[in-house]
Amino acid sequence: MTKTIRIDGNTIPFEEGQTIIEAATAAGIYIPHLCHHPEFTPHGSCKLCTVKVNGRNCSACTFPAMEGQEILNDSQELQADRQKLTQMLFVEGNHFCPSCEKTGNCQLQAVAYHLNMLDNHFPHFYAQRELDASHAEVMIDHNRCIFCTLCVRASHEHDHKNVFAISGRGINKQLIVNAESGLLKDTDLEATDLAAHICPTGAILIKHTAYQVPIGKRIYDHQHIDQVSLALEQTDEN
Amino acid sequence: MKTKIRIATTSLAGCFGCHMSLLDLDERLIPLAELIEFDRSPLTDIEHCTNCDIGLIEGGVCNSENVHVLREFRKNCKILVAVGACAITGGLPAMRNFIPLEECLTEAYIDGIGVENAQIPNDPELPLLLDKVRPLHEVVKIDYFLPGCPPSADVFWAFLNDLIAGREPSLPYECVHYD
Repeated sequence: MTKTIRIDGNTIPFEEGQTIIEAATAAGIYIPHLCHHPEFTPHGSCKLCTVKVNGRNCSACTFPAMEGQEILNDSQELQADRQKLTQMLFVEGNHFCPSCEKTGNCQLQAVAYHLNMLDNHFPHFYAQRELDASHAEVMIDHNRCIFCTLCVRASHEHDHKNVFAISGRGINKQLIVNAESGLLKDTDLEATDLAAHICPTGAILIKHTAYQVPIGKRIYDHQHIDQVSLALEQTDEN
Repeated sequence: MKTKIRIATTSLAGCFGCHMSLLDLDERLIPLAELIEFDRSPLTDIEHCTNCDIGLIEGGVCNSENVHVLREFRKNCKILVAVGACAITGGLPAMRNFIPLEECLTEAYIDGIGVENAQIPNDPELPLLLDKVRPLHEVVKIDYFLPGCPPSADVFWAFLNDLIAGREPSLPYECVHYD
């Protein structure tokens, strides 16, 4: 007999070993997320995929699906929590969408749109962060890094390199690169690496491509992130 | 005659792009004008706002005058609205927040290309700059936010119609943009 869980009252099947987000994606249910990617080991850091499992908050990207789970995903309370988390991501870094070339293609922005986030609510940090434009084809704008570690995982698990890591703790943590100089140009990163393309924000950008697609014709200008994300991740799983 | 909704508008550390976007309502301004009237605004010659229903504020807070104007709006408007990216996040002007103020002034007025008779302006009539540009909600209580750079005319239309009809304003997905 197929094992099942219930998400927002809908019974969905799962396979042994699947996480809640994997089972949900396979069933066409979107759970907001930024640090989750079906191809890589879950990290559970952004907490946007927080769902209520039998009354307790859990990260859907790390929590295994188990028989009999009663899960809340699309509730007003969880969406409000997710909006607050997204606002914290915005004020912790320096996210000036009008001057960012990732605008319209940015998952952070698209999740915020999805959550109907109209303001940043909290006081802004205006943190002093650096820019690394040393590499000929790829640049890092630390102002927009949300420490999701997707570049770290993609570099390890897909590109079989070791270009990125997160260093430090709490408010002092930062994205670092594997070079004595600390500069991207002295790493073995290539523009064709998945790690150079996987950033959900505008922190890692491919140079010379910025406005090839004009604002207004970008991914999330007319499509919701739930549709885009499900379409991509259901293909990834097959 | 029915009393009209009284609206005040101003631009603090902004570019007036949001005001231009409001004017993009085009022919919709005509039915709107039946329902509203402007108090203090760049569109009128009124210097101070008094007893307004709605205050629309574009731009962040970059100097002491901005703080005074913002407080005057808060005191005199029942509903205060942060309009556009700069009012909500500090926006483009806030990108000076990463450079010490003295360096900004030196670059603009002393070391800048083509500057003659170089000196940093310090006339007592000039409002003093704040060390950092701040969004409105860090200075006064803001009731509603209209994101966008600028918010489209449709955003103003949806928001004002909701408010005038006495509904809790809400922006549909296609009206929410930060760029």
